[in-house]
Amino acid sequence: MIKRCDVLVVGGGLAGLRAALEAQANGLNVVIASKLYPVRSHSGAAQGGINAALANHPEGQNDNPGLHAFDTVKGSDYLADQDAVEIMTAAAPDVIYQLDHWGCPFSRLANGRVAQRPFGGAGFPRTCYGADKTGHYILQTLYEQVIKNHIETLNEWLVISLIVENKTCSGVIAFNLQSGQLEIIEAGAVIVATGGSGRIYGKSSNAFTSTGLGMAIAYRAGVPLKDMEFIQFHPTTIIGKNILMTEGCRGEGGYLVNKNNERFMKKYAPDKMELAPRDIVSRSIQTEINEGLGFTDPAFGGYVYLDIRHLGADKITERLPGVVEICTDFLGINPIKEPIPVQPGQHYTMGGIDTDKDGVTEVQGLYAAGECACVSVHGANRLGGNSLLETLVFGQRAGAHAAQYVAGRAKQKFNESLPDYFLKQQESRLQQLTMGAGPDKIGAGTENPYQIRNELNKTMDALVGIFRTESDLKYALSGIEALKQRFRKIKAPGIFSSFNYHLLWVLELEGNLDVAEAIVKGALARRESRGSHSRRDFPKRDDVHWLKHTLATYTKEGAVLSDRPVTITKFQPQERKY
Amino acid sequence: MLNFHVFRFDPSKDKESRFDRFEVPSLGSGMTVLDGLYYILENLDQTLAFRSSCRAGACGSCAMHISAGGGALGGNGQYRLACNTLIETLIPGAINNNVTGQIMIRPLAHLPVLKDLVVDLTNFFRHYETIKPYLITTASLPDKEFIQSTKQRKKIDKMIDCILCGACYGSCPVAAGRPDYLGPHALLKAARFLFDSRDTADEERIKLVGHNAGAFRCHTIFNCQQVCPKDIDPAGAIARLKMKIILDKLRRFFGRS
Ligand SMILES: Cc1cc2nc3c(=O)[nH]c(=O)nc-3n(C[C@H](O)[C@H](O)[C@H](O)COP(=O)(O)OP(=O)(O)OC[C@H]3O[C@@H](n4cnc5c(N)ncnc54)[C@H](O)[C@@H]3O)c2cc1C
Ligand code: SF4
Ligand code: FES
Repeated sequence: MIKRCDVLVVGGGLAGLRAALEAQANGLNVVIASKLYPVRSHSGAAQGGINAALANHPEGQNDNPGLHAFDTVKGSDYLADQDAVEIMTAAAPDVIYQLDHWGCPFSRLANGRVAQRPFGGAGFPRTCYGADKTGHYILQTLYEQVIKNHIETLNEWLVISLIVENKTCSGVIAFNLQSGQLEIIEAGAVIVATGGSGRIYGKSSNAFTSTGLGMAIAYRAGVPLKDMEFIQFHPTTIIGKNILMTEGCRGEGGYLVNKNNERFMKKYAPDKMELAPRDIVSRSIQTEINEGLGFTDPAFGGYVYLDIRHLGADKITERLPGVVEICTDFLGINPIKEPIPVQPGQHYTMGGIDTDKDGVTEVQGLYAAGECACVSVHGANRLGGNSLLETLVFGQRAGAHAAQYVAGRAKQKFNESLPDYFLKQQESRLQQLTMGAGPDKIGAGTENPYQIRNELNKTMDALVGIFRTESDLKYALSGIEALKQRFRKIKAPGIFSSFNYHLLWVLELEGNLDVAEAIVKGALARRESRGSHSRRDFPKRDDVHWLKHTLATYTKEGAVLSDRPVTITKFQPQERKY
Repeated sequence: MLNFHVFRFDPSKDKESRFDRFEVPSLGSGMTVLDGLYYILENLDQTLAFRSSCRAGACGSCAMHISAGGGALGGNGQYRLACNTLIETLIPGAINNNVTGQIMIRPLAHLPVLKDLVVDLTNFFRHYETIKPYLITTASLPDKEFIQSTKQRKKIDKMIDCILCGACYGSCPVAAGRPDYLGPHALLKAARFLFDSRDTADEERIKLVGHNAGAFRCHTIFNCQQVCPKDIDPAGAIARLKMKIILDKLRRFFGRS
């Protein structure tokens, strides 16, 4: 049976839920399709907080959205579009107030106002938090509103392709995990809010489900991916599982120390120390490790210590209970008494589906918001606490714009044969994949998809990490091309059956391969160092040639690159010092 | 070496459920039960179905019944998150000292099995929805945030940490016999709003949970408190709810409401 709605939101994380609420508030019929139950989305794992210049903190009374904008632009190494940044920071205070009115349990100051803490790269304590479970609290709050407003959610539906013709999107094809069937959802507008693609890497703070497929469906449908070479490596993930230790640890006063028990950040960012932006702190840690000043674990590699012991048991249990939980459960240590072994890990995808300030893409009726999108407000390096904010501000704007677009059009006449055509196309593609039939001979082979995934992860970790060089990147690119070839010979037995997670992971892998290629091509082309993109062979930022966004357009032969100027309003590029 | 005995059932073809045994090697320190399940899916049996996402005890996808032992099956079983259950804690020596471990895995109880370890959460979420899990207030909204003292905020500590994993529900003997019982997760959520200083819907909330299949159905057996991977005490919250409902009744009785 074909599902129909005015606005279809793909993804039940913060961006998706916020977009859905907004579109529905505009009187439209909204459906959310998500491969996970919304409350399982990775937004719920966000720990440290969300930025807004509320000026609640005693040391932050002179804060304002303009200063927030400046910090964001400087943090981005001047690659962010400044008009978009200004929209975001201006909207931020009201975002927090609305969350509070909806019941979000932020931590409080003694005067009863929302609590704020210092975060990296910020001039004031600006990050609003609920202990170290901020993402969980906000995600629950938005889901509560979705229930209140009776928005329909299709849980455990994996969207695998968009229905696009004449540069207009009219729905999606989804794999319904429970029924095991492909289904058509027709919609006046589609908002993609599928989150980050961190699991292209192995050492990542992201959920297993944060893959490239969401970005890939828009990319394959003709929307460019923007600035994909900018991957954030978070300075502090625990060794082994690479689960995040929030920047809040350092915001509350935690130290980073090397094997000589030295607070090495004084060498790299004497002013801001541990609270320099993430790109700088991660490079510093990696440098310490490379120079033999870190520790080494035989299985998990180099690391340094994150030491929060001096904060004391009371502060740690009150403000960082999740950190204690993670250290206890996964490392068997108590961070009140012992330092935490940490190493940088992939954390955030700054790039993504190319959109404007309203989530609009090059394809009519197709929108994107949240981590999968690139507006761009983070440029070459995102500040901690700005991503949760982005999901809400631009989720809302995309929802509003999509609603307007659908309402403004003559009642859509669904083209009867079009969705069917797309469905058949996907069906036969999957058939090939799973049964080894068909002209492409995909599926006839012997390749284990998980081996391909592991090799992709290793390639990205080793060659497309914090420090990059032309020869490494070239090597990575040919590696990815070889993996793509092997993917065509994948062994994926199984048919359309209920909870066929194997098929799901195969499709996720296919998305990862496409997106990985765009990342590496972007990184190879950008012959400068800016923000998170650090080329050993081109160590300086080069505003003359590279103050511009990278666009990767999908073709059957692979990504083709072009570029676009950065929007600069108030803040002229300067050298970045902390 | 580890023997994973995993519950299998595919309602579309199987008449009965069974346990399949898989031999999983030690994957080194830090190995979790979830790592073991992924090893099976990726190397041994690509039809195995289980949910997971965050691998960090944060998303609530992977609650299941896990029991372990070096010898006989079924000892020390509990509802746990597969992702934050280290093999080494379950079976000391299994990772580094070549102790052979037996690990038995079953899906959450009291919910229909859709496939293997994947259960149907419809009822679980329906109960959650019926208690109106969202802030209700008749107060006029302030320009900025509500003023909430740290003391008021503390009243909902912990209760707000629920990740809706269902471990408590699976462990609750009351839920076993009564599918209409709201369950610890839903009652906990009701308490979370009832004790939030910003919420003004006490009367309505009390009605929503003060019935036969609500708070008073709880027999304070405390399984939920024992199993909760987030160290929440749903039974305690339900006790606070009951108290509030009783006080409310008394107040009405004495005409002071
Ligand atoms: C551990 C961690 C901590 C963080 N802490 C902070 C923080 O303190 N502050 C901050 O600002 N940022 C933080 N971030 C970043 C921030 O949490 C994320 O960028 C943000 O939550 C992403 O939200 P989203 O809605 O875009 O995506 P997600 O929350 O990842 O949601 C994606 C949704 O899309 C669905 N989906 C994906 N693909 C498909 C598909 N093909 N078909 C159907 N559905 C699909 C998923 O089911 C999910 O519902 C953190 C990130 C991590 C990893
Ligand atoms: S109360 Fe605990 S066990 Fe129950 S659903 Fe919530 S987190 Fe899980
Ligand atoms: S996978 Fe998220 S709680 Fe286990």
